[in-house]
Amino acid sequence: MDTTTTTTAVPGETADGAVRTGLLIIGASQSGVQLAVSLRALGFDEHITLLGEEDHRPYQRPALSKEFLQGTVDSESLIFRSNQYWEDHNVALVKGERIERIDKQPDGSGVAHAASGAEFRFRRLALTVGARARKLQVPGAELDGVVYLRNADDALALKAQLDGVQDAVVIGGGFIGLEAASSLHKMGKNVTVLEYGPRLIGRAVGEETSEYFLTAHRDRGLDIRLNSRIQELAAADGGGRVSGVVLEDGTVVPAQLVLVGIGVVPNTELAEQLGLDVDNGIVVDRHALASDGTTVAVGDVANMPNPLPGSPEGERIRLESVNNAIEHAKVAAYSLMGRREDYAGIPWFWSNQADLKLQIAGLTLGYDQTVVRRDDERGKFSVLYYRGGQIIAADCVNAPLDFMAVKNALAKGQNIPADAAADPAVVLKTLATDS
Amino acid sequence: MPTVHFTDAEGAVRDVEGNPGDSVMETAVRNGVPGIVAECGGSLSCATCHVFVREDTLDQLPEMEEMEDEMLYGTAVDREDNSRLSCQLKLCEGQDMYVTTPETQV
Repeated sequence: MDTTTTTTAVPGETADGAVRTGLLIIGASQSGVQLAVSLRALGFDEHITLLGEEDHRPYQRPALSKEFLQGTVDSESLIFRSNQYWEDHNVALVKGERIERIDKQPDGSGVAHAASGAEFRFRRLALTVGARARKLQVPGAELDGVVYLRNADDALALKAQLDGVQDAVVIGGGFIGLEAASSLHKMGKNVTVLEYGPRLIGRAVGEETSEYFLTAHRDRGLDIRLNSRIQELAAADGGGRVSGVVLEDGTVVPAQLVLVGIGVVPNTELAEQLGLDVDNGIVVDRHALASDGTTVAVGDVANMPNPLPGSPEGERIRLESVNNAIEHAKVAAYSLMGRREDYAGIPWFWSNQADLKLQIAGLTLGYDQTVVRRDDERGKFSVLYYRGGQIIAADCVNAPLDFMAVKNALAKGQNIPADAAADPAVVLKTLATDS
Repeated sequence: MPTVHFTDAEGAVRDVEGNPGDSVMETAVRNGVPGIVAECGGSLSCATCHVFVREDTLDQLPEMEEMEDEMLYGTAVDREDNSRLSCQLKLCEGQDMYVTTPETQV
């Protein structure tokens, strides 16, 4: 993520100083990178511009809350592709430009106007603009020492102020909150997690998995408080730096650092300005095309038909994951090549928290039954989710064999009958049958 | 500089220079070697950086941990005795690593 490399020279510069490109990808993100890479693999031969707001080369985000925060990997190892790769593949990286307005023609071409005054003329447009951290709305939320963890600058800012922090409060018991809390705990901080809801990771996993993580994290030394209602963030002696979190019941949790991880908001402003359909993200069809039929929207920002094979017609979902960013970008790349391909593969997710390695296969949307497989001696725990008797997903903690068995069964359209699955001694793979 | 010699499923060879301490997976991804996907970025979660290591160099490799071993049972192309996840193979100064990528990773 060095900031020393200059923007790659763009071959398609016009006489008026505007950049001319075949495809403008707004968002130098996981999905933006994959879109460019997949298009080149498919033989797309026009110039590509991959444009991002940040002053960094495109990088991988998952480690920011884990290895990068803990200092076990450096920023260089987070970079997706070497500069040489982009040069060799005729992709211009543009860093530090924020697009404010887009004029677009019915044929899909147009001009994007950056805050700096720079203009980018394109034949086709891709929006891989992702999502931003949801802001905490309580008095004191603007104090120094209140941080978020969405991008590299957030992580660098967080790392820069860790010295001298004894007590950290993490607001939000979701993936980011618990990953960061585990990292901070490992780095010797006293960590309290304040979760608004009645259970952990409530948006992504079922009750059994939430309960497992609650016990496991408490055993490992995190102070976790569910149903927390925050009154305000306080600063000692009326200063500018946070010193504690005040709850509605009057409790004060001391904190020299408050990390907020309460979800994200999709970046739909450009799509709205373009008149595209927006509803919890940019609405796209099965082929990643937005409502204008020419712009593709990919990854965290896209509200798409549920990609899980066999899911009901009309069911929609917005997925925030690396795997979706990659697979959805592949679908979009085909669309831009004039081909119509369906989403391939089974959505999956991972979250590493301390020594707890959670892998999720499939989507739990609409589940009506669960089966728990638990082997405390070997520290393995899985929950299988069913919809009308058909397996649709699994949460697996330190149980990669279960994860792989369910992922492969879903990919092959198989079932793992619920009645036999609860016994952890049974190898799940052997239960898979054609449904 | 260490060098990784990648052979794809069709037999085409590509030699890529790496940095000591980097993994075979990182070396592949950064340079766009197509046979390695590595969705999880090296955190042992996805098993999409599966490679077959040349038999006579297997003893130079670090031992396999349980997690890698279990993940290898879920690779897209079935594991062999010389299978490894390339995110777990760190390069040493001057090392030559010979790996073959499977036909598919997903």
